[in-house]
Amino acid sequence: MSNNISRRDLFKVSGATAVGISLSSLLAACGGSSSDSAISGKTLKVGLMGPYSGDVAQYGLAVRNGAKLYFKQFNKKGGTSTGKKISLIVQDEKGDATEAVNVYQKMAESNVVAVLGDVTSTPSIAVAQEAVKDNMPLVSASATAADFIKYGKNAFRACYTDPYQGKLMADFAAKKGYKTLCTIYNSGGDYEKGVNDAFVKEAKKKGLKIATQESYSAGDVDFKAQLANIIAKKPDAVLSPNYYQDDGKIVTQARQLGYTGVFLGADGWANIVGGDEDYASGKDLEGCFYDTSFVSANTDKSVQQFIKDYKAEYNADPTNFCALGYDAAMILCDAINKVEKAGKAKTYKDYKQAVIDAIAKGTVKGVTGTIKYEGTGDPVKSTLIIGFKDGKEYIETTM
Amino acid sequence: MTFLTQLLNGLQLGSIYALVALGYTMVYGIILLLNFAHGDIIMVGAYISWIVMAKLGMSPALAVVLSVAGCTLLGVLIDKVAYAPLRNAPRLSILITAIGVSYFLENGAQLVFGADAKVVPAFISTSTIKVGGVSLSLNAIITIIVTAVCTVVLQLLVQKTKLGKAMRAVSEDMGAARLMGINVNTTISFTFALGSALAGIGAVLYSMAYSQATPTMGIMLGTKAFVAAVLGGIGSIPGAVIGGLLVGFAEVFVSALGLSVWKDAVVFLLLIIVLVVKPTGILGRTMNEKV
Amino acid sequence: MEEDMATKGKPIISTGSPKGSKKRKTISTGKRYIINTVLTVLVIVIGQMMIDNGSISRYQGSVLEQVGIYIIMAVSLNIATGYLGQLPLGHAGFMSVGGYSCAIFIMRMMGPMHVTMYDFMTGTPATTLLFVCGLIFGGVCAAICGLIIGIPALRLKGDYLAIITLGFAEIIRVVMLNIDSVVGFQLTGGAKGLTGIPSYTNFTNTFVVVAISLFLIHTMMKSRHGRAILAIRDNEIAAEATGVNTTYYKTLAFVVSAFFAGVGGGLYAGCIGVMAPAKFGFMKSIEILVMVVLGGMGSMLGSVISATFLTILPEALRAFADYRMVVYAIVLILVMIFRPQGLLGDYDFSMGNFLEKIINGEFPWKKKQAEEVEADE
Repeated sequence: MSNNISRRDLFKVSGATAVGISLSSLLAACGGSSSDSAISGKTLKVGLMGPYSGDVAQYGLAVRNGAKLYFKQFNKKGGTSTGKKISLIVQDEKGDATEAVNVYQKMAESNVVAVLGDVTSTPSIAVAQEAVKDNMPLVSASATAADFIKYGKNAFRACYTDPYQGKLMADFAAKKGYKTLCTIYNSGGDYEKGVNDAFVKEAKKKGLKIATQESYSAGDVDFKAQLANIIAKKPDAVLSPNYYQDDGKIVTQARQLGYTGVFLGADGWANIVGGDEDYASGKDLEGCFYDTSFVSANTDKSVQQFIKDYKAEYNADPTNFCALGYDAAMILCDAINKVEKAGKAKTYKDYKQAVIDAIAKGTVKGVTGTIKYEGTGDPVKSTLIIGFKDGKEYIETTM
Repeated sequence: MTFLTQLLNGLQLGSIYALVALGYTMVYGIILLLNFAHGDIIMVGAYISWIVMAKLGMSPALAVVLSVAGCTLLGVLIDKVAYAPLRNAPRLSILITAIGVSYFLENGAQLVFGADAKVVPAFISTSTIKVGGVSLSLNAIITIIVTAVCTVVLQLLVQKTKLGKAMRAVSEDMGAARLMGINVNTTISFTFALGSALAGIGAVLYSMAYSQATPTMGIMLGTKAFVAAVLGGIGSIPGAVIGGLLVGFAEVFVSALGLSVWKDAVVFLLLIIVLVVKPTGILGRTMNEKV
Repeated sequence: MEEDMATKGKPIISTGSPKGSKKRKTISTGKRYIINTVLTVLVIVIGQMMIDNGSISRYQGSVLEQVGIYIIMAVSLNIATGYLGQLPLGHAGFMSVGGYSCAIFIMRMMGPMHVTMYDFMTGTPATTLLFVCGLIFGGVCAAICGLIIGIPALRLKGDYLAIITLGFAEIIRVVMLNIDSVVGFQLTGGAKGLTGIPSYTNFTNTFVVVAISLFLIHTMMKSRHGRAILAIRDNEIAAEATGVNTTYYKTLAFVVSAFFAGVGGGLYAGCIGVMAPAKFGFMKSIEILVMVVLGGMGSMLGSVISATFLTILPEALRAFADYRMVVYAIVLILVMIFRPQGLLGDYDFSMGNFLEKIINGEFPWKKKQAEEVEADE
């Protein structure tokens, strides 16, 4: 035990560390100044938060990439019409509600004029509950949970909600003439469950038969037991409203078990092919459909420009999450620009309110469609139904 | 027909759990350490397969060899760096070190490979064969056979060879084994190598069946296999296999009944019931406590 | 527990000091309580004042609240780990039960008691009552779970007990996730989590609860019951032979540990405002266990310090961004390799003993001098 540090040495070291930490935090505390100066300087601070480590980091990182790209372009073009630049405060919350609240408060303390976040549902709701106390403008790229905008008028999202997508896919299934439907979803995720429940409700309303609803737990990799049950019901189509990594496994395993029918999905499917990895083979995906707001197959000029810019910046293909992050940043910058142009908001408090009003009234032409808000924090925008043909994605229809 | 399919599903899942559980059991048997990093060794093995096949474009056979070799090396390295300095420390300290190693591997993998899943290419081209109207997945059959062979070889190794005898002696009483002239450190290293090689094989079988590698894939797999090892009686090789198959079947049949949300609860409830009835697991030995 | 450093090793000062004539001054137990109470109140009042005038910001205040919560979690786990000598891996399960039941209790009682969300910010007698009742309710629910798991767990030893507690915590997680479909109405909110929990905690009430919890745990461990628990840790068979009812005391330690974990969970729910089952998995239990082991098993001060340190560390490491979890893992491994008994071992601090030493003029450097004098003679 010769390598053990004695307790006395330890006290010395830890004592010194503790004094150091408390001193530095005291100094940090003294640095705080009047909050109104936050809007008078040459730069405006905006918070950007999400999970950049942990098991949902892929979504956070994608949103971060998209958002950062827009902010960079915005600053490069000279910033706001009054010449102010946006400086970002980027913080990781590991997909954890506790950390998300800490991160939010840290941002609020540095007098940010708006926060772009959060990415996944539970932390987003935790942040929304905190942000309403400050009336902080909050734009989330990807928080689909219905509750996110429930707490106040300050919260907006760039994506559409779970119930909307579920209803949409049920309408699509009815239009396609599918009679017998099954679903398989992650019961541990509120996004998956939200889409599934809305789909089932709408399908029943339309007189379609839901033969079985199978579920699995978060982290599962083997879906064969549930899929065997589904195949036994001989469905026309199976809804798998999960994230692409699970969907890929579900489709592959279903094909191994001999299922040849259609799979329907929601925007969690975006990125199932075409990114760094293909999560299911083109052959297995043939004839499947999902809804999304962004797809690289979209020939729209602004979309193609975004794809080109993104590739130049990160040397990778943008995903749906990247596009939503980009649009969320666009919504924020547009609002801030309008507030600057009007020049009426003189205090920090008024400024935040002005940003909220500007978002609520504005219309933004983003890469995920034209986004506007009609009295709520839910966007009104068109939806693309994507199909697969010969291993490639194409736009089946716009709804 | 559905029942037969489900049976095969259970057998395949159970075989993978059994193979991983064997690794837990061997390490626990010899130094009484719950090696939390075991699941993460499998994760590293899956990434090696991915690098060899998807990035370097080399043959699946090479991927198998390199995955197993890589896992073996990693296991021995972890033992030497993190566990060996703590041989005489309180057991909890080694446990915390194991957790630290597990955190390190997970977060390290995420830094290097990113959080998004990587798709491991198929090891074999044909995926299903038809036998009398039932489509059998070739993956499942290979998994089951490989696990059976590994178990038999391992059992022979432990029971019939000199090294196996040394392993059993060290697990019985480390001090006495040292007095009898057994090189305890070599024996422990060998056990780690063996357990990690099994993890490597497990990684290949896992990638074959589920074709995705993520930094956090080891957590769930490790926990389930760990439950399987305890269920069968930790320290016992046949016990690990029985435990693995039990957990596999339990999961598949609960899911097949449409109760998959309660699957994890059922597995752990099974564990609690077995342990309360037989406190050392199904095939575990009862150890007399010394005053 | 409160062995002072002077009497460990070589007892020189207190017995037969060189002068021999002067008797060692002591502080009576009553006075010790008064001193400690005054100091605790002082710390809380100063802390609240610093928050009010802004020298502790909202972010720092919120992190401090979490520090307080994790202090309760670590110290309560220490009862089962450090004092009883078992290895429970399911502490987060009790935390989640406490958090959910406390939050649900408060949310359901708000209506009948005519309390609104905003009353919690200003604080009224009704909110204080709700806060106290909610925490106790949360604690009791967790304690019942502790009892349920404690009884079968008693048949098992060591690692098997560890696994069974792990399994139980996982079962709790699955139940919290799916209970709504069983009871038929919205109770826990399932995967979405329980949202809209009023923020019923603040710096003062959190740290009052921390102080009371530490006091209760401390006095229990100093009592006959505490000594019986320590005896079981040191040697179960010997303890049984000397007439300690091991079954009773093991269950007691488990239940008390679970109770305080439930209280900690109740504070957590109020502090964060959202409860989601996924966050109370195995990893959370491990996080708390790491605090206890790192601080030193059986040392209350160790648990307090390491809970504080490990809650602030990830926040302090924010500058490292993507690398911080890797750094955290390496720190963990290194500390265990170089200091396997934990930072403080089983040392504990006693303000009374400390003051006694000061009024008797016993300082570490004086002790050294005394040793030297003795050596010269």
